[in-house]
Amino acid sequence: MIATACLVAVGAISVSAVMNLYRLGRGPDVLDRILSLETLVINTIGLVVVIGIWFGTALYFEIALLFVAVGFLSTVAFCKYLLRGNVIE
Amino acid sequence: MTMAWLSEFLVSALILIGAFFLFVGSFGLMKLPDIMRRLHAPTKSTTLGIGSLLIASMLYFALLRDEPSLHELIMSVFLFLTAPITAHMISKAHILRSRALQQELPKPPGEEGWATLDPHGVDEARSTEPAQPPR
Repeated sequence: MIATACLVAVGAISVSAVMNLYRLGRGPDVLDRILSLETLVINTIGLVVVIGIWFGTALYFEIALLFVAVGFLSTVAFCKYLLRGNVIE
Repeated sequence: MTMAWLSEFLVSALILIGAFFLFVGSFGLMKLPDIMRRLHAPTKSTTLGIGSLLIASMLYFALLRDEPSLHELIMSVFLFLTAPITAHMISKAHILRSRALQQELPKPPGEEGWATLDPHGVDEARSTEPAQPPR
């Protein structure tokens, strides 16, 4: 049962990643692209967690943790750059 | 109905709920017409979906594999803390970048505009005397 649920979840998350890529290419503004990158990172975290459940290893959580930190930092750095024209002052 | 069946059912349901909310968030990001409306979908729905997936993972490793771990708790706390911050920064950058929106909004109290972090050029052009002596 868990394997079937993981299969369905991986399919749904892949479709949502494709939708994020559509917004990433299409997005009329830079902020749309930043937002869709952030959502793409969150979808990747979900994918990694589901695959970790599916394969039954706890090895993938460190990867997911790194993805969380890197996604947040990159979004904040992009927004800071747009707000101030500089990242580190 | 044994205990193992019940926990398997619980984990599967949580995985499906999480995937559904991730899907809804990305669909809203693709479909909504405006960036301020688009901001709602990922920041709320996606955070809920990730929380559900992390609860499913925690339950799976605690109930079915007998190796409970707290990594998921760290991740969910971090995500729930950082999602509002990113949404706030994106909306702030949007207000700063769109001049029409700044004239449409009422002026906030105080000297600063809506985006309190003005870009560099504006700061230097506006201040005629040095505001604070260097420490």
